[in-house]
Amino acid sequence: MRATRGPADVAVLDAEEIRRALTRIAHEILERTHGGDGIVLLGIPTRGVPLARRLAARIGDFEGLEVPCGSLDVTMHRDDLRLRPARALGRTELPAAGVDGKTVVLVDDVLYSGRTVRAALDALTDLGRPTAVQLAVLVDRGHRELPIRADYVGKNLPTSQREVVRVMLDEVDGLDAVVIGSGGRRR
Amino acid sequence: MKRHLISAADLSRADAVLILDTAEELAGLADRPIKKLPTLRGRTVVNLFFEDSTRTRISFEAAAKRLSADVINFSAKGSSVAKGESLKDTALTLEAMGADAVVIRHGASGAAHRLAGWVRGSVVNAGDGTHEHPTQALLDAFTIRRRLHGGGTRGAGLDGVRVTIVGDVLHSRVARSNVLLLSALGAEVTLAAPPTLLPLAVESWPCAVSYDLDGELPKSDAVMMLRVQTERMTAAYFPSVREYSRRYGLDAARVARLPAHAIVMHPGPMNRGVEIAAEVADSPRSTVVEQVANGVTIRMAVLYLLLGGTGFPEAAR
Repeated sequence: MRATRGPADVAVLDAEEIRRALTRIAHEILERTHGGDGIVLLGIPTRGVPLARRLAARIGDFEGLEVPCGSLDVTMHRDDLRLRPARALGRTELPAAGVDGKTVVLVDDVLYSGRTVRAALDALTDLGRPTAVQLAVLVDRGHRELPIRADYVGKNLPTSQREVVRVMLDEVDGLDAVVIGSGGRRR
Repeated sequence: MKRHLISAADLSRADAVLILDTAEELAGLADRPIKKLPTLRGRTVVNLFFEDSTRTRISFEAAAKRLSADVINFSAKGSSVAKGESLKDTALTLEAMGADAVVIRHGASGAAHRLAGWVRGSVVNAGDGTHEHPTQALLDAFTIRRRLHGGGTRGAGLDGVRVTIVGDVLHSRVARSNVLLLSALGAEVTLAAPPTLLPLAVESWPCAVSYDLDGELPKSDAVMMLRVQTERMTAAYFPSVREYSRRYGLDAARVARLPAHAIVMHPGPMNRGVEIAAEVADSPRSTVVEQVANGVTIRMAVLYLLLGGTGFPEAAR
């Protein structure tokens, strides 16, 4: 599960830049939601979850409010399940107040085909009825296959489909970095 | 993981932990307003029940439906089996209808294994004669892990947990599957039963054997009571029900000898007053109802892992 840097990897964001991008996104969320009224941050496992927690902590620091934060596993709603062996499930944990009538901000590390987000929207529908759903991603690498766009983007990263974007986060991988490599896991 | 689930011995420790972890994530579904996932949409699960069953059949049916699979229920009564159709011909019929998985309960040991040679889909053994009942063992392991270790137990086995299985081991597929699975997960299993109700080769099983239930109780983290299966008994295995109950039945006095954290399990259906006293079955230490709820969850996990993808998951990632 833990990502490591390969020799051919090119660094795109370092720890400091990730920190600044998240700070900016946190401010944008506050602006767009009129001070974070009724928002719930839901991270998509694996790396969306620590990102959602970091955003919640930032917003808490800026505005002194407790932002409900959870995780939303989308595995059972994916459209590519039949293309490979059944995967281990991630955790779905909703804040106690649920998502009904809230503004849900989905948080993920990389936005690529948009299929994960589509699955997340379906998964969310089964959990309740939010007033609005928004999307925050650390990296948007393009190549969308569905009509989906992010509301908050850490960095737009033009890539070739042959390249692999790897987001590494301290909570999961022991360091903060975004790198582009060639080949390997499709992301 | 293998394509079929015939025996608890088909599961490595890593496979078993993967199933328990998957079930742990699926357990939250029962509390949600919409208790359904789209994962197995368009797949067909056939429940092939040649023997009577309430909870196992309903449990598999609920599990398959919560994953959006189509379920076809087949029971031997009122079918062509009553006209003398063989298991193989029944299997070929199902095959022609395109079953992705066949859940089979049969009175003959080895029926699930035979069926696996005839159909293309996955075969899940829901109890074959006195042989095995692997999903029952999985749900028991899941119940023990949740009760003794609480929620955040992803990846954990049952290392060092002492489980005592009591009673009619000879006729029990539940006991055999549990011994194999629980020991694979690291638990220390002891069978406590009268010598007449232990199978011949029990020394070769990965467990200890005792004839003295009272001596085992203070050392147990979980006690699993087995049903006395009079319908499978062809000879006199004990002098009288009353004597059996006195020596191997779990009553309040025996429960008092258990450690404070220990749980009392029963796979059901219970013979109240024989192997378990009614007051014990209804006490807060009894996990009987929990086991039924966990049964749906664990069967969802099994069906998802067998049918959810293409090929079968490697437990170690």
